[in-house]
Formats: sequence, structure tokens, C-alpha cells
Amino acid sequence: MRPLPVGEHGLLIELDSAEEVEALHAELLRRAADGALPPLREIVPAARTVLLDGLADPRGLLAELAAWDIPPLTAGHRPAVEIPVRYDGPDLADVAALWDVTPDEVVRRHSATEFHVAFCGFAPGFGYLTGLPEPLHVPRRDTPRTKVPVGSVALAGPYTGVYPRSSPGGWQLIGTADTVLWDPRREPAALLSPGTRVRFVPQETAR
Amino acid sequence: MTDRAFSVVRAGALTTVQDLGRPGHAHLGVPRAGALDAPAHRLANRLVGNPGSAATLETTLTGCALRMRTATTVAVTGAPCPVTVDGRPAPWGAPVRVPAGAVLDAGPATHGLRSYLAFAGGVDTEPVLGSRAADLLSGLGPDPLGDGAVLPLGDPHGPPARADAVPHPGPVPELLLPFLPGPRDAWFTEAGLRTLTTGRFRVSPASNRIGLRTEGPPLERARTGELPSEGMPLGALQVPPNGLPVLFLHDHPTTGGYPVVGVVPERFLASAAQAVPGTPVRFLRMRPWGRVPSGRWNPTAGDADGRRA
Repeated sequence: MRPLPVGEHGLLIELDSAEEVEALHAELLRRAADGALPPLREIVPAARTVLLDGLADPRGLLAELAAWDIPPLTAGHRPAVEIPVRYDGPDLADVAALWDVTPDEVVRRHSATEFHVAFCGFAPGFGYLTGLPEPLHVPRRDTPRTKVPVGSVALAGPYTGVYPRSSPGGWQLIGTADTVLWDPRREPAALLSPGTRVRFVPQETAR
Repeated sequence: MTDRAFSVVRAGALTTVQDLGRPGHAHLGVPRAGALDAPAHRLANRLVGNPGSAATLETTLTGCALRMRTATTVAVTGAPCPVTVDGRPAPWGAPVRVPAGAVLDAGPATHGLRSYLAFAGGVDTEPVLGSRAADLLSGLGPDPLGDGAVLPLGDPHGPPARADAVPHPGPVPELLLPFLPGPRDAWFTEAGLRTLTTGRFRVSPASNRIGLRTEGPPLERARTGELPSEGMPLGALQVPPNGLPVLFLHDHPTTGGYPVVGVVPERFLASAAQAVPGTPVRFLRMRPWGRVPSGRWNPTAGDADGRRA
């Protein structure tokens, strides 16, 4: 664990793996719920870091962090969110070629994977989901699409994501989900928040 | 529709509803948003008897004009501009009683960029995650004002402030941005860091509520390659591959993959909100709190390029 100062009131804590990020994030949330964390504005987990912002005394927490005992994450306390998917994306064949399997096998592998929301960003409710093993990581498209339809299920690098709204994007589109990922009038507004487990459930593509 | 409302006669270049933003949701990808010149926003509210959390209008350069449906106390702060009520001059930086049916016009900024219009009772659009702020990156909150739009006002809170003397700010010849180095200053060479503090930068016309972009000499990188996405704080000086620092303002993305060379404390951002394109920018390095003089992190061991020993 390596804490880096961020401005006057922040700490960026760098870790060696996504698993360590998740374990530290869970520990931070646990301590916050127990009232054992000083007041702060944001806890933002990401790929290899957790940002703590809005701390009155980051120095104090920095000194304390070194003594923390962070238990490794125990799997599966929270129920998984299931997202029905029609695997009808325009890049399904390209992903099958990259994985060197048939499109049906892409569907089988993707829907058999248990994903975790590693972090959110890009747009409200957009979760970066990890879970695919390294050989199945795919590059972004060379030319990003100017418009990715809402609900697109997409792959890039180690991540899977579902576009909460239509936007430009360069990820490989393998399917479509009708699930509402972001609704500010709903509590919680985001279906996917860091730590949430996710499974994709294949739906018939014919309507 | 209730009478406590105004209609938009002239929306101006970009006028948005703003308050103190929606902090606490960055982990869901939700930017803070909120008034870029927070002190001006708070002052405008105070002048009309509102709490600082009430929503105001933030204009950009050209101001805006509104027809009040009910008699309302209004105050204009931030970038100085001519204020008129039905064409008659009215004071800037002071409570103004606008009669029902009259047009309040906040004209083009004489200097600075963003003026704030507060109304007794505040702009009462629907809050999203506890805030009425328009977030132009993610599209949360009310749309920017359009001509003919009607916006509701809340009930007045209390008597307007009586004794606020509002200094009329003069033009700012240079934008000074003190910053604390890090978290990714090690991604830049010594020469690159020197460029940041000695180079002649200007505010780019491509600046917006997401970021104040700069023009100037590019910062030399010590490391190539991509940084895994990480949390981005307000005030971050993010350096994209073109080497030119972007100061992240309130609508900035919550995570990003370009290195942050330093962070400008929030109290210095109001001046950035008022810097017009072309304004010279000077970055001033503040004394970092997290290091011992050798440049090593304290107390956790780690080498300078960000890897574990």
C-alpha cells in the first residue's frame, strides 16, 4: 500500500492488484459504517487505487493507514445483480475471432463469468466490471463509435461494461440489455456500485 | 404554474442553474458540479436572504435577461456587468427589488466570465441526488437555459442582508494557480516540472465547466504509457498526451487515465472560473505536506517513480 498526497485534503492509495483495491475499499466502507473513519467527502476506488478526498487531516490518516490490518475479501456476501442480455452486438464476431472461439462460445463464457464492479466512472452508473480471465481481454476498437446505443454490453481490456445512456465509445459491443442502470429518482440511483457482483443472463435474440 | 417563477427572455451564451453541487457520489461516476465561483454564488444568495445552498443562475460572458412573474428580490455578483430593470440601471452586487412583470437584465461581463443571479427563495427546479446543479459532463440537473423557458422560484427564506459591502473586483491581469505537487508528478521530468512553474501559459478558448485548458509549452514526460484509471479530484492538473495541463473544474470526470502533476486547492478555483481565454496563467508550486525534504514519501517507503520497493 502506497499513499500519495492529493492536494491539501486528499490521499491516493496505490495498491498492487484489483483484489487489494477491492479489499481496501471494503475495509474503508466498513470503517466508515462503524464511525471509525474521519469524515470525508469521497471514496473513489479505481483500477489500482482508492482516492480519499475531503479529509480535514490527510496526514493523520496517512500515519494511521500503515497500521491497518486489511482482511482479504471473502467472496459472495452480497447477492449478485442479474442482467438479462441479448447477445446481438455488432462486434460479437470480432470478439469471437479475438478469443478464437465461436460466437456461441463467447456467449457461454461471458454469461458463465461472475463479474465484480471494480469501479465506476465515464458516466453516472457506468461500472467497470472485472472477472474475465486475462486471455479473454480484448483491445478497444481502432475507431470509436460516435454513438453507442443505451444498454450496450461491451468489452475493453480487462473490463466489461453496460452503457447507461447513449454516448460515444470505443468498446467492443457484444450485446444489449434493457435493465435500467441509472435512474436518479431511484434509490440507489446506480444499479451497479463498486463491489457489486454481476451476472449476465443470455436472452433469446429473436423477438 | 405558480406565479413564483421567471421566464427567460435572453438565455445568453450559457446560463445554468447551480448550487453547491452534489459531492459524495464520485464513486458512482457522478461529478460534483455546482457554481464554479462558489464565493460569488454564496454572496449572491446572502444578499437576497438565502442560505448558500439555494440555487442561483451562473451566466457565461454575455449574461441573461429574465421576466419575473412575481415581485422578487434579486442580486447579481461574480463577473461585474451592467444590471437593468426594465431598461433602468440597477446596482450590481446589491439586493434589487424587481416588480412583477419587469425584465431583469444582467448584461455582458465588463471583465471576468461568470455572473451569478440569486433570487429570494432560490431557483426551485427538481433536485437530482440532492442538488439542482446542472452538470454538463453527465447531463444531470436542469438543462442550460433556453429562450422562453420558465423556471420556478422557491418561497423567500428571510430578509435580505443589509450590511454587505460588495467590492467590485477589478480585471485580473494574470491567473495565479498555486498547486501541491502529485500524485503523479513523478511521471514528468525535472525539466517538465520546471516548465510548469516557469513556462508562459494562457487560458485556452477551449475551456469550459469541465476544465480550464491551457496553451503554452508542453510538459516533458519521464514515463510513457498509460496510467490505469484513477480517481480525479477537483482542482487536479491533469496532463494529457499533448503535455498541456488541464485544470479540472466542477464538472470534471470522476476517474481518468492521464497523470495528475499537481492539485490546485479549491479556494483558488474561483479565480479560475473568472479567467477569460487568453489570460496569462502562472502555476506556483506550494510546499508539499506529504514528503520529507529528500523527495521521498513519508512515512511509507516507496521509490520516486511510484513503484513499491
